[in-house]
Amino acid sequence: MRRLARPLVALLFLGMLATPYLMRRYGSHAAAGVDARAKYGFHLAESSAAAGLRFTHEGPTLDPKLTHIMPQVASMGAAVSVVDVDRDGRQDVYVTNSREGSTNRFYRNRGDGTFEEIAEQLGIADVNQPATGVSMGAVWGDYDNDGYEDLLLYRWGRQELYRNNAGGSFTRVEQADTLPAWANINTAVWLDYDRDGLLDVFLGGYYSEKLNLWRLADTKIMPESFEYANNGGRKYLYRNLGGGRFEEVSERVGLSSTRWALAAVAADLRGTGYPDIFIANDYGVSELFVNDGGRFREAGRQTGVGYAPKSGMNASVGDVFNAGRFAIYVSNISEEGILLQGNNLWVPTDAGGPLVRYENMATSMGVALGGWSFGAQFGDLNNDGLLDIYLVNGYVSASREESYWYDFAKVAGGHEVVISDARNWPSMGERSLGGYQPKKVWINDGAGRFVDVAPMVGVTDRHDGRSVALADLSNRGVLDVLVANQRGPLLLYRNDVAPGRHWVAFALEGGCDGDPGDTRCTNRSAIGAQVTLHWNGQRQVQEVSGGSGFCSQNQRALHFGLGESDAIEKAVIRWPSGKVDEIVRPAAGRVHMVKETV
Amino acid sequence: MSTGTVPAEAGVPGRPARPQFDKRYLAPVLVTVVLVVGQVTFGFLESWSRTFLAIATAIAFELALGRLFFGKWPHLASAYVSGISVGMLVRSPLFWPYALCSAISITSKYVLRSNNQHIWNPSNFGIVAMLVLASDTVAGLSVQWGNNLLPMVIVWGFGAAIIHAVGRFHITLTYVVSFLVLAVLRAAWTGHPVLSEVAPITGPMYQLFIFFMITDPRTTVRPVWGQSLVAFLVAAVEAVLRVYEFVYAPFYALFVVGPAALLLEHALARRRAVAAAPAAATAVSK
Repeated sequence: MRRLARPLVALLFLGMLATPYLMRRYGSHAAAGVDARAKYGFHLAESSAAAGLRFTHEGPTLDPKLTHIMPQVASMGAAVSVVDVDRDGRQDVYVTNSREGSTNRFYRNRGDGTFEEIAEQLGIADVNQPATGVSMGAVWGDYDNDGYEDLLLYRWGRQELYRNNAGGSFTRVEQADTLPAWANINTAVWLDYDRDGLLDVFLGGYYSEKLNLWRLADTKIMPESFEYANNGGRKYLYRNLGGGRFEEVSERVGLSSTRWALAAVAADLRGTGYPDIFIANDYGVSELFVNDGGRFREAGRQTGVGYAPKSGMNASVGDVFNAGRFAIYVSNISEEGILLQGNNLWVPTDAGGPLVRYENMATSMGVALGGWSFGAQFGDLNNDGLLDIYLVNGYVSASREESYWYDFAKVAGGHEVVISDARNWPSMGERSLGGYQPKKVWINDGAGRFVDVAPMVGVTDRHDGRSVALADLSNRGVLDVLVANQRGPLLLYRNDVAPGRHWVAFALEGGCDGDPGDTRCTNRSAIGAQVTLHWNGQRQVQEVSGGSGFCSQNQRALHFGLGESDAIEKAVIRWPSGKVDEIVRPAAGRVHMVKETV
Repeated sequence: MSTGTVPAEAGVPGRPARPQFDKRYLAPVLVTVVLVVGQVTFGFLESWSRTFLAIATAIAFELALGRLFFGKWPHLASAYVSGISVGMLVRSPLFWPYALCSAISITSKYVLRSNNQHIWNPSNFGIVAMLVLASDTVAGLSVQWGNNLLPMVIVWGFGAAIIHAVGRFHITLTYVVSFLVLAVLRAAWTGHPVLSEVAPITGPMYQLFIFFMITDPRTTVRPVWGQSLVAFLVAAVEAVLRVYEFVYAPFYALFVVGPAALLLEHALARRRAVAAAPAAATAVSK
């Protein structure tokens, strides 16, 4: 027997060495060369030019001390958000720009498949000046409950709130001077954290607010660690006092952190009625601030999301199992053979209760490896009744021949004294870093797996994607996809869903009218309201969001795919005010406009 | 990584033998301290379950192959260190690479041998195999010791003391000094900041490499001067690979230099034996 042992074990050894190749060769892949509409139920066609969305993002140029690594430190600012600015029932689009002196764009939806650019007319175009900083993103919320969505513009610089004057123009809210005069904000969400009927706003800093990135005293601006950095920007929570006045309450309510926030989402994750805040941090672990009746406490470790530090760049929530509970998707970095953090899909694993326990199921569900991932959104792209994921990626696409990865990895693994000083980072030159990456369109198979069908359904761009927003731009009952690319074009992927797939949508409006608000009614934007749809033996929950993904905001209306069934049992609406409405057998194939009764 | 086989000291004749600490446990203790400090302080593991999978696989393969090849149950210190090293040094969102890497590491000990001795450090072989063959799903450890010096100093101090206790500190010292000198030369060559070239050695990947891999008694040459020379050559080859931008240069350098040195030592020993044999035969015939 022992004579045979050596050759047998040698064979086994060769088999083990061949295993990775065999797994690649025979692993499951989506089929190429098929009719995407027939096979996957939808097809996406890039249609920005035909729709009149002609926009290319321009990046900022920061202090000359950072010139040698400028593509890396000035790598954000392309953002897209969706809003119905004039209540005409059509979704409009706002995109940010980041070059000093450049203009943001507002594309008003004409309703015929095309858009007109009216940012200047609205007074929200010329917002990127050296004195005020440059845009990083924008979120919409009706802070004064007048029925029109107002604009919060967050920047590396001064933060700005604009009041919507009945859809025709915007006025800067002077009383909002309590907003940070200068901070390097990369994420903001509207939420009503104390359920008083008035929208509050959360702002998350990336670089420290002590830094003016155009006038640096020295080069010690980088994270003190690639995975444990605590020298980022502070967090702000502005409580809406009514009358356009806000009060900063973050410390008072327990919401303090100086990690490097890149994305945040607010949602009622525990069924308490109060919105919790999940923050995806670059250079560290994510944070989950659970909301105990208007007071927050950080529960990352207790809930399981606060381990294994990565490079968080996205935060979005979706009921991926149709179980009536939200999973949280966080994007990170994956580069073959160099850095494989893997994205996180935090799925609640307990039976519910005061503190949710999460398990990262991204790997087993097939949504872990997405390159240098940025923005992602949940949405039922093929109207099959299951939430899919659209993910964009790519950090710096410059030279196709030369890569900065080696130098990046060399310094990123170093100690604080090395990594935190930009002087110690080798020059990037024209080299790429995680560039030209294929996007991911993961469709949910309903059996616990997602399959990437991006090239098959028509998504083949390789731009440096940042921000994704989903919206039914032509009121056809399908979700179109908008993508803002860093130093790249704004893309519109128009969705063509196969016939026989049903849908329903709910456009909610809170009952509060004017301010001050009232605990007995919901903010007019209905942010925080949840709809649980019961149909065909399934149920899916969605929540009206004040911003999610990476620097983005989807359409306000909640869109549900139904698959082949058009018989809906009921829709249960839970308003932040505590009221619960039930719509029995709502008709499929239409948007239900629901206003909270007070 | 593997561990040395240093027998417990015998007691003084006439006195009852004092229980002695088996030095084979020093490396497992040190690597466990690194793991616990890293995980409890910073949570640097991908997950406990992946690390346990790597350890369990390494131990299972060691037991099975040791029994199969030598007819007895092997000491498990070496397999434990290999498994725990794989659990810390391999980064993958998947589970199977941890098991496969451990399995390859241990099996290499039984398959790739010269002079009845394995020639590759097991976990070095396993990790290089995974980095080369499964680069789409595997990367190496790239995290740091948090934001302050204390954990790093503790691991350096504790590691140096243990390596000194087992008589192999000269290997670590030679490598570190060589790395630093070559980092300065690389900086002059590339024009990059010196600190950026020094940066990698401040991370835990290097501490594991320095204390466990290059000092492995089973896969290093016998003379002390030879061990120091090999440590220098590992640093030198690594420096060249770094110029060509190999991110995991130290693993590749040891993969190349370590077995080459051992094979050379074995060849020289055979040559000496062949040369000595006729002389011995002549002496006998006289």
